[in-house]
Amino acid sequence: MNDEVKILIVDDEQIVRDSLKHWFEEDGYKVDVSEDAFDVLRDFKPDKWDILLVDIKMPKMSGLELLEKVKEIDPESVVIIITAYASVPTAVQALKNGAYDYVTKPIDPDELSHLVKKAIKQKNLSRENIALKASIDEMLNLEDLVGESPEMKKVFDLIQMVAKQDTTVMIRGESGTGKELIARAIHINSPRKYYPIIPVNCGAFPESLLESELFGHEKGAFTGAQYRRKGKIEMADGGTLFLDEVGSISPKMQVELLRVIESKQFNRVGGNDLIKVNFRLISATNESLEKLVEAGNFREDLYYRLNVFTIYVPPLRERRSDIPILANFFVNKFSRVMNKSIRKISNEAMDILLKYDWPGNVRELENAIERAMVIGKPPEIVPEDLPFQIDKGNNNSNDSISDMEKSHIRKVLSKYNWNITQTAAALKIDRVTLYNKINKYGLKKT
Amino acid sequence: MPAAAVVLFNFSNSSYVHRVIELLKSNFNLDSEVIHPLINPSEFYSSERDQYYSTKILEKVIRAYDDRYDKILTLTDHDLFVPVLTFVFGEAQLTGKAAIVSSHRLHQEFYGLPSDDEVLLQRLEKEVLHEIGHTFGLKHCIDWNCVMHSSSNVDEIDIKPKDFCKTCSKKIPSL
Repeated sequence: MNDEVKILIVDDEQIVRDSLKHWFEEDGYKVDVSEDAFDVLRDFKPDKWDILLVDIKMPKMSGLELLEKVKEIDPESVVIIITAYASVPTAVQALKNGAYDYVTKPIDPDELSHLVKKAIKQKNLSRENIALKASIDEMLNLEDLVGESPEMKKVFDLIQMVAKQDTTVMIRGESGTGKELIARAIHINSPRKYYPIIPVNCGAFPESLLESELFGHEKGAFTGAQYRRKGKIEMADGGTLFLDEVGSISPKMQVELLRVIESKQFNRVGGNDLIKVNFRLISATNESLEKLVEAGNFREDLYYRLNVFTIYVPPLRERRSDIPILANFFVNKFSRVMNKSIRKISNEAMDILLKYDWPGNVRELENAIERAMVIGKPPEIVPEDLPFQIDKGNNNSNDSISDMEKSHIRKVLSKYNWNITQTAAALKIDRVTLYNKINKYGLKKT
Repeated sequence: MPAAAVVLFNFSNSSYVHRVIELLKSNFNLDSEVIHPLINPSEFYSSERDQYYSTKILEKVIRAYDDRYDKILTLTDHDLFVPVLTFVFGEAQLTGKAAIVSSHRLHQEFYGLPSDDEVLLQRLEKEVLHEIGHTFGLKHCIDWNCVMHSSSNVDEIDIKPKDFCKTCSKKIPSL
């Protein structure tokens, strides 16, 4: 209703103030008037008035100056500039400085009426938008991204660092380490958070299906294409495209993908129209892309396009201090979901969890706890509730060949002060292989 | 019974005055008296705009007839303005005594169309009800089916009916 709308008229001419006040009051608006921009600024607070009608030419402070100062305090404020015919160029300047619109004196009543109605709509939309964003922000939480180990803190720091930029990110880590969660964390901390993040598991589709999945298709593009369908790239417009298992993309699709990444435009399958898109790309892999490049199975140019900023998610066995935190987190999560009063893990069961190597990483731990919650009885999870292979699977032996390899590489790296070229030469392997092994064993310079 | 003055300030459509008086009676229970004032039009005239300043006219008639009438309605053929707006169809004191309505922009001829007395009368009646409605404290109504709906062009006057909606009717004390 109009009586909820507050208008402020700022004009040094009393006749203008009175006429406009009267005109707006007949419409039921609440109207304040002021002859002095300084008085306005003294009282100005965001949302005090819905619309400000400001004369451009005033003796002490010009309307343009007032506009600037008001916008500094409240960028969402709606300011309509009133100007004489002679000062239209200044009014245009006002638009550039953020004025909602301008009207020339004398004002056409029809124009003023429509302008004010439009401005109120805009103000309401902008308020709704702010409220919706706030509620989305509340909904957007990444409670599953848990970890307090130094390794995970480093990952969180990297997420914060890169999220605000529009940089292409590659997330590397073993299967089950939570790469998609990392991608989502980057997305919701980025300016693109109000647009979608579209995940595509590239490993889940054969080449022809992946093409249609990514690029969409026109009606009749192939047998069974009964309707035009948007692809994931088009759906990610404005937001983030997350390509998981990017190493499994076929050479033909690599070319297509490279073209889209470079030009940010593409054709739907069977279509002629060039579609422009604007998305941020995050990819993830658990494979050694370097090895794939070396073997000629992955394009080097695409590799460099994707590998701009890398986040390495350490496997769970390299951050064992996170195991109790994660395990307890999953107990709480599943007790809520299953409505079961199991609230903790016994010391014996926790010992088993801590000793296990978790080749399936966080996903395996989550599954193990879910299973234990299903078969377990309150008040706590006991060793018998854990999956058989975990119970038995204390594979933390130091006698395996891989343990010896890991220990040897660490020793040689230390000897050469982590100089990769010298270490690789001493080990008689190439640098890429050394990098892969460092990644595989999670070796860190201390 | 409340009394109204119908002040004819260069208003040539005298045949409509009777209808206006009937309207004031039926809608506001006002007994009207027609007045031909002796006022100098040049006092309100702007040669720059070739229009008459409605607020000043209202001030003048109030000074002249305030003590004798409960409502003062001025009808004129002159084109009216308030300084900040290009024109007004009329003006009224919100919760006050005086209102003015101009027929100038209500004529079809003003828009290059053939003259139509019935259209002119309909528009005039709606504007009279609208402006006198303001003097009873009525503000613009969001209901398009109410004569108090705001109109900044003749199309909007034509769309709305010659009646008050229920909510606005209740606010007029004499009804």
